[in-house]
Parts: sequence; C-alpha cells; structure tokens
Amino acid sequence: MEIVLVGLNFRTAPVEVREKVSFSGEQAQRAAEELRSRGILEETLVLSTCNRSEVYGVHPVANHESAGALSSFLSKFHEVLPDQLNPSLYHHYDHDAVRHLFRVSAGLESMLLGEAEILGQVRDAYLRAHEGNVTGPVLNRLFQAALEIGKRVRSETDLGTRPMGVASAGMKLAERIFGKLQDRSALVLGAGAISEQVVSQLRDRKIKNLYLMNRSRERAEEFARHYGGKVLEWGEWDTSLKFPDIIVSAVGVQDFVVTQPMVERAMVSRGNRALFLMDLGMPRNIDPAVADIYNVYLYSMEDLTEIVNQNRDARQGEIPKAESLVEDHVAKFISWQASVELTGVLETLRGSLKQRRANFLQERLAGMNHFSGEDRERIGALMDELIEHLLLHPAERLRAEKELRRKIQNVEAIRDLYLSDREKS
Amino acid sequence: MNHMFVMLTVLAYLLSMGLYMSFLYTGKEVTGRLATVLMFMGLACHYLALLGRARAMHSVPYHDLQGSMSLFGWLLAVTYLCLEIYHRQRTVGAFVVPIILAFFLAGSLAPEHPAPPTEAHGVVFALHVTLSILAYAGFALSCVLSLMFLGEERLLRMRKVGDVVWRLPSLELLERMSHTSVLVGLVTIAVGTALGFIAVDRQAGQHWYFDPKYIVTLVVLLLYLAYFQLARTTAWRGARASKLCVFNFVLVVLSFTVVNLYFSSHHRYF
Repeated sequence: MEIVLVGLNFRTAPVEVREKVSFSGEQAQRAAEELRSRGILEETLVLSTCNRSEVYGVHPVANHESAGALSSFLSKFHEVLPDQLNPSLYHHYDHDAVRHLFRVSAGLESMLLGEAEILGQVRDAYLRAHEGNVTGPVLNRLFQAALEIGKRVRSETDLGTRPMGVASAGMKLAERIFGKLQDRSALVLGAGAISEQVVSQLRDRKIKNLYLMNRSRERAEEFARHYGGKVLEWGEWDTSLKFPDIIVSAVGVQDFVVTQPMVERAMVSRGNRALFLMDLGMPRNIDPAVADIYNVYLYSMEDLTEIVNQNRDARQGEIPKAESLVEDHVAKFISWQASVELTGVLETLRGSLKQRRANFLQERLAGMNHFSGEDRERIGALMDELIEHLLLHPAERLRAEKELRRKIQNVEAIRDLYLSDREKS
Repeated sequence: MNHMFVMLTVLAYLLSMGLYMSFLYTGKEVTGRLATVLMFMGLACHYLALLGRARAMHSVPYHDLQGSMSLFGWLLAVTYLCLEIYHRQRTVGAFVVPIILAFFLAGSLAPEHPAPPTEAHGVVFALHVTLSILAYAGFALSCVLSLMFLGEERLLRMRKVGDVVWRLPSLELLERMSHTSVLVGLVTIAVGTALGFIAVDRQAGQHWYFDPKYIVTLVVLLLYLAYFQLARTTAWRGARASKLCVFNFVLVVLSFTVVNLYFSSHHRYF
C-alpha cells in the first residue's frame, strides 16, 4: 500500500494551467469515482482551490508507479496535453505526500502564509469525498490528522493571528477599538477594487449597517446591487458622518475628501463615540489633522502597509514552530500507517504459510495411506499451531519496536523475503 | 500549618501570574485555562491562610494593617475571577495577579506589631468592613482596566501596533469591564457605608459622630457616580473617562492611607 499525491499549485503552474486543471465539486467527485472504478486508486480525494489542484490517493501496491497513471488520468480528464501539464505536476509518495498535505493544511504552502481559508477548503474537500464514499480508512485518518494539525498550528503559533492584507489589517484594528463589528456601522467611500476588498471584509464580519458613497451615484448603486449596502448622496457629509463607526475612503481625487472641520462637527453630533477611519486613497483622501481629534483613530495606507509588513516578518518567524508541529504529526501518522501495514503483512503471511502448509501436506501425505483422516487433520492442526508460534514472537517484537524507521524496514523485509509478487499486491 | 498555606498561596499565584503572562504573549487557550485554575487554587489557599492567621490572633483578618492588605488582595482576586468569568476575558490576569500577589506578600511578610484582640463588633460591622474592602478591590480593578485602556488607546492612536496590542482586549471591552468593576465598587461601598451607620448605632453607648472618612467616602462615591455617567453619555467617553477613573482611585488610595492614618479616629485599616 502506498499513499500517492499528484498535483500542481501556484508555485509550479501559471494561472492559465491552474484554471484548466481546477475541479468543481461535482468534477472532483466524478474524477474520484473514475479513479476508483478504473482501479488506478483504492481511495481518492481531490483538493481543488484557486491556487492548487491535488489528487490524493491510496494505491494497493507500493511500486511508485501510480503517479504516472494519475498524471495521464488528469491529462485526459481535463483534456490538457501531457506536454503542457506534466512539467507543472509534482508527485509525492507516502510520508512526503503526508507531509505535503499537513503543510498545506497548516497554511505553510499557501500564497498568503498561514491563511485560514485553506483549512476550511481542506475540510470541505474531505467531507465531500467522505460523503461520496470515495475515501477509505487511510485517507480518512490522513485528512482528520491534517485538519487537526491545521487547527493546532493556528492555535499554538502566531502564523494565522496577524492580518496580512491592508483591508484585513484595517478591520482587525477596528476590532481592537470596537470589539465585534456585527453591531456597528460602516461607510465606504469609493466603488473600486479596494472598496470591494473592504466590503468583503466587512461582510465577513457581519457588519450591521453598510453605507456606500461614490461621486458617481450609478456606480455606487451598481456596487450596492453586487455587495449590498445603502447608497448615500455624495457630499452630504454632515448627515453621512454622523452614524458610522468605521469610515473607509478609497477615492481617486487630488484634494482631501474628509477634512478636519467635517469630522469635528460629526464628533459633536455623535456624542464623541469613537470613530475609526481608514484612508486607502492615493493620494490621501482624509486630512491627517483629523487624527488629532479626540476619540478619532486614523490609519493611512502607509500605516496599514507597515503593519502588514511587520506581520509578514512575524509570521516568517513562526514557520519553524509550525514545521515542528507538522513533523510531529507526520511521525504519528507514519507510525499508525506502519502498524496498519504490519497487521496487513502478518495476515497475508499467515494466510500464505497456511496455504503452503496445506499444499505441502497434500503432496507429502498423498502416498501415506496408513494415516486416517483424523490423523491428517491433527497433523494439519499441529502445523498450524507451529506457524502461529513462529509468527508470534516476531509480530510482538515488531509491534513493540519504538524506532519507526526500523519498524518500517522490518515490515518491508518480511514482505520482500516471505511474500510472492502476487501476495505483495 | 498557616506557613504552609502562605507558601502554597505564593506558589499558586506565582504560577498563575506566569501562565497569564504566557497566555498574553502566546494566546494559547490551554495556558489561559491553567492560569485560571491556579488562580482558583491560590484563592482557596489565600482564604485558608487568612483564616489561619485570624485564628492565631484570636481576631478578625482586618484587625491590623497586614490582615487588611491580605484581605484586600483576596477580595481583589475574587472580583477579578468573577469579572474574568462574566466577560470571558483572560488577558487582564497578567496585569491584576501581580497586584494581588504584592498585597498578599505585603500582608504576610511585613513584620507584625501584635495588638490586643479587639472586641467583636458583630456581623453587621464585619459586613461593613468586608463590603468596604470589596468596594476598594472593585475600584482597584477598574483602575487597572482604565490604565490598560489608556495604554492601548495611546498605542492605537500613535499607530504603534506591536505584538501585545493584538492580544489585548478591545477598548470597548476594557471600558465595559471597567464599568462592571466600578458598579461592583459603587454598590458595595453604598451598602457597606449604610451597614457602617447601622453598626455604630447598634454599639452600646455610641451615638452618631463625625469622622472625616464620611466626607472622603461621599466624595469618592460621587466621583465614581460621575465617572459612571460621564463615561456613557458625553464628551468624556473614552480616554477622558478612563483618566477620571484612575484619578478616583488615587483618591481611594489616599482615603485608605492618609485619611485612615491621620484624620480618622474610627477607621484604621479599611
């Protein structure tokens, strides 16, 4: 038995290739079923996100040949020429495949180091495959361990705690001031790409009231249709600044859109409730003097970028801790796998020896007519007992072996020395 | 026996403090839970140490300065744990436990000046003292929370967001926690003061008398009421209210020390 992984990701494949090889939920299930029905893999799971497409599987024979069949399958399934696809593919077997999955789940293989979304994507892929009955005991165990390591890395290291994007850094800062944002109001000025990111972050945090303002009202309304929110009239500052707790500005203008007197008036009318402003415009949209007003917190694009850079450095510093956790879990999984393999090998060996015993007795006792049927059965039972005795001690010693490498080597030695090629499969 | 409880209390508080600090730095949930468990253990040992000391002296814990300080530390620990459970926030522990430990150590290690046992003044008097010290503990906690608020607010306004800021509670939560502890202080000081008047009235041969402590307590009560109101509704909300809370506690400390020692004839150590 071997665990095999074939896949590609943002490091090995350009976006054009990744797009061609990505799987929808329905495609992932169909591919997994085909791989099983064609006998390429016994257990299968497809993990497909915008940055990676990977097929994990269990092959009954540990011959390192399943990856080739899997690559050909991917090529045919997605109708991509092998010459185009193969240079982007990576293949891993057994503990390398296990380690790779654990690193993916921990966020160590993500474009945005430590991102949390990948853990949810791994969970969804596993649940879908499990419900589709394409996984088995090995992949079930493997993916449950992957989810566990993903959680551990995020709870025991700082890899996932610090925001890595400007919009999410801004939202985290707002949470430092207001706590949870679900009872808060936000006003977003502008309807461009940055505003989309901000609104997405606000929606993720279930913001209660979202207001939108843009110089072009039509654009603002179109934006609101896509992302939700209430459109306010551009220029009605005194009423617009009174209610929101968070104001985000990302407008392409030369002069300040939000000035100090505007915010001073707003603070009076809102009874000095704290106000958090994010200036994501370039050039700046909010007068920096606004930061001097009591209970006002102003962060510019420059401030947020600096925080993101600090966080990136801090996250890099957490990699060794996360890798150490991954290695712990890889060792645990391989140990479990070796135990499973040992049980399987011993069962096969027992069956093989008993078959040989039966053949041997049949051959040797053929001419010995003085043995009654009862005698023959007794001889057979004695020889079976001898086989059990011979297997007992090595099996106990192998099970008790603490050193994993030695355990695996011994299991492989038994397989090589005592089992035929047909029995190995 | 009592010495053993003192050692156990110090050990539990020290370990709890270390774990709370570790929790503040690493954010590991298991560390935080362990810190809370040790805090509870410290609280139990602290109680037994207080009890043992009072029995040995044949008096109440607040009979002398050391006992009052230790009782204050214990009530601070009780208030803090209630606040931690109510607001589900553990990061404050790293800032409060050192104060609890300091008061316990001051109460346990300071040289004792044996005073003759005082006559028991009854349950009402005991409640008056305990509730008054509990009020001081509530106010002390609100002071710590307000200082945390001011520190975090300053870092956020200066845009110096380092490691710790991501771990601290939000400003909004710190404000709420401070309000809760002030509320505890206000209710207990009001009830405690009322019980004080009843206790005086019940004592044979005693009539109402003037004590400067009454004035200071009234001022403290009014200032905390002002804080409670100002922090919610007007231009004072935020850092200004927190500064007022810190100022109020300075007044409480003055009441606890200068007023008791030099002006009050009936309030020695509470």
